[in-house]
Amino acid sequence: MSAVTDNDLIEFVYREARLLDEQRFEEWLQLFADDGYYWMPLLHDQSDPVLQGSLMYEDKLLLQVRIERLSGQRTYSQHPRSRCHHLLQRPEILRDHPDANPAAGKYVVRTAFHYVEARGDEQSLYAGWTTHTLRETADGLRIQLKRVDLINCDAAFGNIQLFM
Amino acid sequence: MSNTGKYRNNPDAIRALVRDNEVHKDLFVSQEIFELEMEYLFSNAWVYVGHDSQVPNPGDYFTTTVGDQPVVMVRHTDNTVRVLHNRCSHKGTQVVTDMYGNTGRFFRCPYHAWTFKTDGSLLGVPLRKGYENTGFESTEAMKGMQPVGAVHNHRGFVFCRLNPQGMSFEEYFGDSMSTLDNMIDRSPEGKLEVVPGVLRYLHRCNWKMLVDNQSDTCHPMVAHESSAGTAVKVWEEAGSPTPKPMAVELFAPFVSPYEFFEKMGIRIWKNGHGHTGVSDSIHAAYSDIPGYWEAMERAYGEQRAREILGDVRHNTCYYPNIMVKGPIQTLRVFKPLAANLTLVESWAFRLVGAPDKLLERTLMYNRLINAPTSVVGHDDLEMYERAQRGLETRALEWVNVARLYDPAEKQGTNLVVNGTSEGLMRSQYRTWAQFMTSSMETAK
Repeated sequence: MSAVTDNDLIEFVYREARLLDEQRFEEWLQLFADDGYYWMPLLHDQSDPVLQGSLMYEDKLLLQVRIERLSGQRTYSQHPRSRCHHLLQRPEILRDHPDANPAAGKYVVRTAFHYVEARGDEQSLYAGWTTHTLRETADGLRIQLKRVDLINCDAAFGNIQLFM
Repeated sequence: MSNTGKYRNNPDAIRALVRDNEVHKDLFVSQEIFELEMEYLFSNAWVYVGHDSQVPNPGDYFTTTVGDQPVVMVRHTDNTVRVLHNRCSHKGTQVVTDMYGNTGRFFRCPYHAWTFKTDGSLLGVPLRKGYENTGFESTEAMKGMQPVGAVHNHRGFVFCRLNPQGMSFEEYFGDSMSTLDNMIDRSPEGKLEVVPGVLRYLHRCNWKMLVDNQSDTCHPMVAHESSAGTAVKVWEEAGSPTPKPMAVELFAPFVSPYEFFEKMGIRIWKNGHGHTGVSDSIHAAYSDIPGYWEAMERAYGEQRAREILGDVRHNTCYYPNIMVKGPIQTLRVFKPLAANLTLVESWAFRLVGAPDKLLERTLMYNRLINAPTSVVGHDDLEMYERAQRGLETRALEWVNVARLYDPAEKQGTNLVVNGTSEGLMRSQYRTWAQFMTSSMETAK
């Protein structure tokens, strides 16, 4: 295995967002490790995704359900379809994060974002930061955990249908 | 505020909006009707405020709304839970705005430092001498942070009636407290705690569409085909791995056939309260959670424990605006914001003394079904918002609720009917008309 550079980690995060913006969801899902999770906390500084309420805490099976649902003929909340756009700040590698362990092929990257989701004539803006826990595998980097913290995670929202 | 509208002081016009088998679209789109609902329905009904585990210690408070009225639920120094209007009696300032806090022995208004005991009474006013010989003692300011009309704490669940006079708690709810009792009894210690964090979901539709939906058993297999149906399909395509993932177990019953829902039955109590899932429900076939049965049997004995866990009610509506799921320990509040805007709050409860796995299931259910990020929620909200837009047109005027109508249902209480009946909805609309008009004066 070749050494993972900072630039590899940064490029990974940019590419991940681009796959979502281009609606290449199947390719996006392949970026997750088989036991990977996508997590959107409901609380500020939340520590537990299982015994505290979350907006989303989904394994690959549930993410697959979402992706198949998005293209279903009878998915009426996608008539018309939603689109999304990520505006990312340069990802920052968190070397002191407790989950970071480059010797064992584990990296943590924090990326501030503005995310826009649009459907029909309406669009909503969300702001926050993503924390990627990435793991080096034989197939390249994979997502162990993608944690999405919104600055207003406890606010009242309408539908959020795509992925931040 | 419209004082010269079509419906104010015109009870006959309001009654005419509710027929035996259809209701008029003005219930959903008229802002005048909405304002009258706040004054007549939400002020005279017993409305859910919160759970007393949210305010465990004296001085602890929780801010919320009852209808359109901002209130604060607070633990008084005598350990009872009080509900006060969140308004300083001096200049009207909202006294507290955090959702949770501890105010100590008294509230202090941040504008002029007037203070109020946690029962609402006026405690102190700076420079009190300046009010001598001003007639201050007879002003409304003496009333302090005004308590709501009446408060009742049912085993931790706090309800209030805004108006001082009206129906008693017992008369209003009748036998319907059995669903909350069952949820509480599912804790081996008979005790629930609110889980921190509430899902807050904005719906651009009328609040009654959500109430209506709770006993609408003809929509899941249609509207949720895209979410629950896809979940089952994805799992089957993966070779139906066992044990069945918890998420699939929670999703799958949504796409049960019509016959399943017909047979499970609906119970209709009085005053718009009722529940789906009398003999069976979508919550009946969940996997056992290790250690739970043993804890229940130790606490209650085998027979009583079986009785408690065998009661698998689906959705229980407490009219006007909450829905409770006992077997899954969630409570949803449909907060009316405007004729076309509703805030849905989904709360989760921990069964004290039960294994953590139950809480894990409760929270998974809540985010899979009730979150703004939930695919099941997306299915439903799309339908409500389309319905709201449709009702705002000038095409037809009536919303149909005729399914399995039987004139005899108007007399009976505690009826059990076919699980696809719209009987509970009809009972809710009759209750609506009654509360809207019973204390309304007729214009001369």
